This record gives sequence, structure tokens and C-alpha cells, in this order.
Amino acid sequence: MIVKRTALTWWERLYIPAVLNGFRVTLRHFFRRKVTMQYPEEKWVVPPGYRGAPYLVKDQDGRTKCVSCQLCEFICPPKAIRIVPPGPEVDPATANVEKRPREFEIDMLRCIFCGFCQEVCPEEAIFLMEDYSLTGGSRSEMVYDLPRLLALGGTHHDPIMKWQQKAREAGLQGVKP
Amino acid sequence: MSAPPSKSNPAPDTLTVVVDGKPVTVPRTTPDPVSGRPLPTTMIQACEAAGVVVPHYCYHPKLPVAGNCRMCLVEFGLPALGPDRQPILNPDGTPKIVLQTLPYDPGVPRAAIACATPLSPGMEIYTNTPSVRKTREAVLESLLINHPLDCPICDQAGECKLQEYSVEYGQSESRFAETKVHKPKQVDLGPRIMLDDERCILCSRCIRFTRDIVGDDALGIVSRGSHSTLTAYPGRPFDNNYTLNTVDLCPVGALTSKDFRFQMRVWFLKETNNLCPSCGTGCNLVIGSRENRIYRYEPRQNDAVNSCWMCDFGRLNYKWIQRPDRLAEVGRRNADGGFDASSWTPALREVADKIKGLPAGALAIVASARQTNEELFLLQRLAQHRQALTDSIPRLGDADHLLVNADKNPNSTGSRLIGIAGPDLGTRLPTMATGIAEGRIKGLIVFGEDVVRHGLTEELLQRLELLVVSDVLPNATTALAHYLLPGCAHAEKRGSFVNVKRQLQRFNQAVAPPGNARPEWEFLVECVGRVLGEPLPATLEGLFNQMAKEVPAFQGQTWAGLGDLGKKLG
Repeated sequence: MIVKRTALTWWERLYIPAVLNGFRVTLRHFFRRKVTMQYPEEKWVVPPGYRGAPYLVKDQDGRTKCVSCQLCEFICPPKAIRIVPPGPEVDPATANVEKRPREFEIDMLRCIFCGFCQEVCPEEAIFLMEDYSLTGGSRSEMVYDLPRLLALGGTHHDPIMKWQQKAREAGLQGVKP
Repeated sequence: MSAPPSKSNPAPDTLTVVVDGKPVTVPRTTPDPVSGRPLPTTMIQACEAAGVVVPHYCYHPKLPVAGNCRMCLVEFGLPALGPDRQPILNPDGTPKIVLQTLPYDPGVPRAAIACATPLSPGMEIYTNTPSVRKTREAVLESLLINHPLDCPICDQAGECKLQEYSVEYGQSESRFAETKVHKPKQVDLGPRIMLDDERCILCSRCIRFTRDIVGDDALGIVSRGSHSTLTAYPGRPFDNNYTLNTVDLCPVGALTSKDFRFQMRVWFLKETNNLCPSCGTGCNLVIGSRENRIYRYEPRQNDAVNSCWMCDFGRLNYKWIQRPDRLAEVGRRNADGGFDASSWTPALREVADKIKGLPAGALAIVASARQTNEELFLLQRLAQHRQALTDSIPRLGDADHLLVNADKNPNSTGSRLIGIAGPDLGTRLPTMATGIAEGRIKGLIVFGEDVVRHGLTEELLQRLELLVVSDVLPNATTALAHYLLPGCAHAEKRGSFVNVKRQLQRFNQAVAPPGNARPEWEFLVECVGRVLGEPLPATLEGLFNQMAKEVPAFQGQTWAGLGDLGKKLG
């Protein structure tokens, strides 16, 4: 499409009315309620359901909820998650859960915050939390490992506690869980 | 007195039944998988012949029938017979089929387990009616009553029949409000097996396998009802050379391999067809690998070789492939007696030129019977051209009644057929040793063997003008080499073996070799082609097909024609 350039009128070619009109808009905003946020001193409150950085959580007993089923690693579209399963050695500290990750890494540079990992997790062990501003001095610093993810994730108050319930049931039946 | 052949029963040793509306003719009897005695052909075998899959847990084509899981229930109808024992016909001339119903409630169809119900002529089997599907749902619900549903931590997840059938016939929610029966978890059955009794569905496949196939009656079920528990004989570990097959047989995650336990989820594993190189049987196997790391071997069915099984030794004999001390760089002896790192092109050129510089008959070749036919063929071509003395090293051990062969080389037969070795492997080694001692043999090529342990002492090797060694792991011979060419394990290359029963089989590459190591056939093509002065095929398929033309025993074979199961040589 070709738009024909129209010649400006004498009034328009003066420019001064346009400049004054601009000042009028500025002056109007000057007396209105301020909307600018003084970031980073002032932080934005994220709305519920916001998809920030994925972190791992512990349950009320302090157990790492992740059992390294690797479904999040499988579903992760940008392949940001890497898990090393525990291997065959029996770890008495895991009790009847038997498994927990030996290593768990999320490359936050790769993560696209899609939330598939949280959706697919059968143990409610990974959640997209409220952190949206992740910084680091190097690429390797942006790969979050297991202790860091657990420290950032904190405790999840799980109302079901299925493994504890299983252990309780087994104990009542006289079976070592 | 046999019935005369008719349309529905064309020959006395076969019978025709109808599976889901499709007529299928099967033998009247099928040999028992253990004893070989003829047994009546069952419904599930007819369904398999018709290409219809009937869900099952306890049935396995290579094991005796137990009929305890009830998952394979199907409905069936039989031809109606009149008072004269003749079939009643429909108006259109076809025999009238009567759906079998419960004797005490004729309105309800009577389902039968397909795995243990013999066929009868004219039988019609219905595997997918609404009531059959409801039956399966009910059976599955009952099997899941005490199942712990701990799929996130279960190694079987992803290849679990309970999971698969739950998708097809499962309920979305459990109706079982009571407390589940808990059983022991982490039961240490033996050195290689860990049992989780809660997951067991009591199909008894493992019991039948170890009792009837292996002949070690080690497992059994104790207690009753919901408390039935699989266990080993008290005080005796479940320890024979075939225990890990029970892990494959287990349709759920009850029996787990300690070696593979909690190592990797199965859906990440890339599966590659390969062969077991641990003995002359050449069991077919599938390598499960992820990101260049091998996680497990699993047997692959080949009824001409290993049925569905393999021995524990062969299955666990893969860790050497990932040893950190693998040879990964081309080495070239320098004037000071040390090794210089070299690259393939100059090293192969120098080796070829030095071989050409030796007088005829001054070269000897020791080629391992662990090498592929293609590599042995190239070495044999070289030997013929240089009139070299060749041999392989025998490797003998114990055999057993099932799969393990006394010949621990995977390709002794190939070595004999190609002409590298005589009827008895290793008989030419003393001639080689005297040849080197007398100075007649000036050059030696060693592939995949530590010849120092087989009569060619370090002192003899030091007399050689040229010692070319190719291997995967360092040993006394590689330490003396003038040229060290890093080779590949069987999982890192393609090739073919001939097993002790003359089955010619091929295998594929699962993982990449370490560092600069290359498949032996690849660099032999370059090196031998340069010595011979003729171009050799640059692909493995071309090389195999050329070998098939030149070696009489392989006449008529092609790489593509071998397929996954191989071909029996005449």
C-alpha cells in the first residue's frame, strides 16, 4: 500500500502548538497518582499462580521430597534438569522411601519457567516459586545444585504425607517398612 | 480312528479355530517348553497366531503354564451338536456356535483362561467383548488391592505390565478403603537380586523359571491369601548363574537387579541389538545405554541361540568397557623407548610402509578370536599377501547345561572359517616363537591379545623390528608395541560373529569409543588396502559382502540378509 504524504498546513509547520500540547500531557501526569516502582529497592509482589524459578522442597519432617523418579527431567522441554539417581546402595536414612536424588541440577539459564516439572511431579517435590530475578557471575553459577535448590525451596506443608502413612501402616502390621 | 479331513479340519494334526472373527489354523499339539512333550495347543497360542494380543502376567511362552493370574480370561463358543453328535447348522450352512455360559446361571458368559484352555475344532474365541473387558478390569483391580503403587521409586516403571494394563483396563480411583497388607521391602534374595514383596503379584514366573529351566528349586511362595509372600529357601541365597533372568521375567517391579537398581529410569535408555562376547554361545542381547554410558544388558529372544535367557556372568560383564584406563590414543614408540602420541593417518601410513618393507614370510599375525569376522577377514587378506603365519589364542573355561559354553571366545568358529586359525586354536604359536627366536619372523601384528602370557615372551617381542598392537585395555604386550592402535569393544562397533553352533550373527554399535579409538575394521581397511595396493570397501556392509564372496563358508550371505537373528551356516 502506498500512503500519499500530505503537505503540512501553516499551523502544523509552526510546531509550537504541538510542543505545548506535549507539555500539557506531561503536566497532567505530574499531578496524578505515581505508578513507577523504585526497583530494585522496591520489589514487585507477584500474583498467586506466578511461575517463577523451580525449587525443591522438604516435607515437615525435613525429608527431601524428591525421590528421583526423573519424570521432570524427561518432560523438561529445554532439558534444563539433570538428575543422578542414588544407585543400588541401601541408604538407611531414606527409610521406606528408598530413593532420593544423589545430584539434582537445574540450569536456570535453560529453564523456560513452563511449570511442566511441577505438573508432572508425582511427589509434590518441585514447585515454581516467586523468584523471577536470578543473577549470577558465570554460567556455572546459574546451574543450581541440590543443596541450593533445597535451601531456596524451603518446607512444603504436605497434608497427605503418604510415605509416613505407609510406614505407620506397615509398623502396625509388624512389617519393617 | 481319526476323523476324515474336512473344511474346518483340513489335516489331522492341525485344527482351525476363529479368533475375533478371523479363522486361524494351528497345530493340534505344541511341544512343552521344558520337556518337549506334545501338549494340546491352547487358546492364547491360537490368539498369538492370529495376531491378537491377550493381556497376561503369569503366562510366558518359554515356561510351563501356571494359570494363576486370571488376566487372560476370554469368552468362547463351541459348535452346537445335535443328539446324533453332528454339528447343528445355521440356515446359511455354517455351524451354529453356542457361547459358553455359566452352568448355574445360563445368562452369564463363562470366561476361560486362554493360557491353559486347550483348543477344540471349530471353537470361536472372543477377546474383546464388553464383558471380557469388564472381567479384565475386575482382575486388575483385584491384583492392585495390595499393590503399594510406588511407581515413582520402582525400577520397573516404564516397562511394567501392571502400569500398561492399568492404562487400558484400570480404574482411575481405588475403591479399596481398607488398609493394604504390607510385606517386606528390600529383601536381599541373593548376591544379585533384591526383592520387594509388596509389589509381587504372585504370578510364579520366577519360581517356574528357576525350578524348570535352571533346575535350582530355590524360590517359593509361603503364607496364604493376601499374606502370600515370595521367598527363597530359608538360609540359602538365591544364587545361580541365571538369577537375573527372573528380573526380566517379573512382570512387575518385585524382583530387581542390584546392579541396575536405582541407576536410571528405563525410558531414558537407548536400546541397541548386540551380542554377548563372554563365550562361544553368542547370546543375543539388547544394550541399554544413555549418553554414552552402558547401564544394562538384557537378553533378546533368539530361539536358535539363547531362547529368552542369558547368564548372569555375561550380563554383568560390561563394566570393563567404561574403565578409565582404556586405550584412547594412537601411540608410536620413539627413539628413547617411550610413547609419542600420534594420529591415525601418519601412523597407519608408516605401519603399511613398514609391513611392505618386510620380506615375504617375515610377518606373523596373532588375531584374537574375540574379533569380528570382518576384521579377521582383513587380517587374513594381509596374511595371504605377505605369506604371514597367523593364529588365534584359545580361551577355555567351564560349561554348564543351559547356555554357558566352554569356549570363552565369541568367534572361534569365525576365526577357523576365515583361516586365521587351524582346527585347534593356538597350535601355531610355538612355530611363531621359534621363528622370532631364529630371526626369520621380523614383524608381528597382535590384535586384542596379551601374547606375553601365551609363549611370546617379552624378550622375544623385543627382538622384533616391527610390533603393531591393537587392543582396548593396556597389558604387557601393549607396553612393548612399536605402534599402538586403540580399538573398540563390541558395544562400540559393528560386526559379526559365528557362534559355536555356526550361527552367523551381527551386532550394532551402542556407544561411542573413548578418545581417538576407532573400530578395528575401519583402520584395517585403510592399512591393509595400502599394503595390498587395492581399494577395500569403506563401509561395513560392503566389507561383509566382499567377505561373503571370498570366504567359502559365508557364500551367499549378505549383511542385510542376516537380520536381527542371524543365519545358520551350512
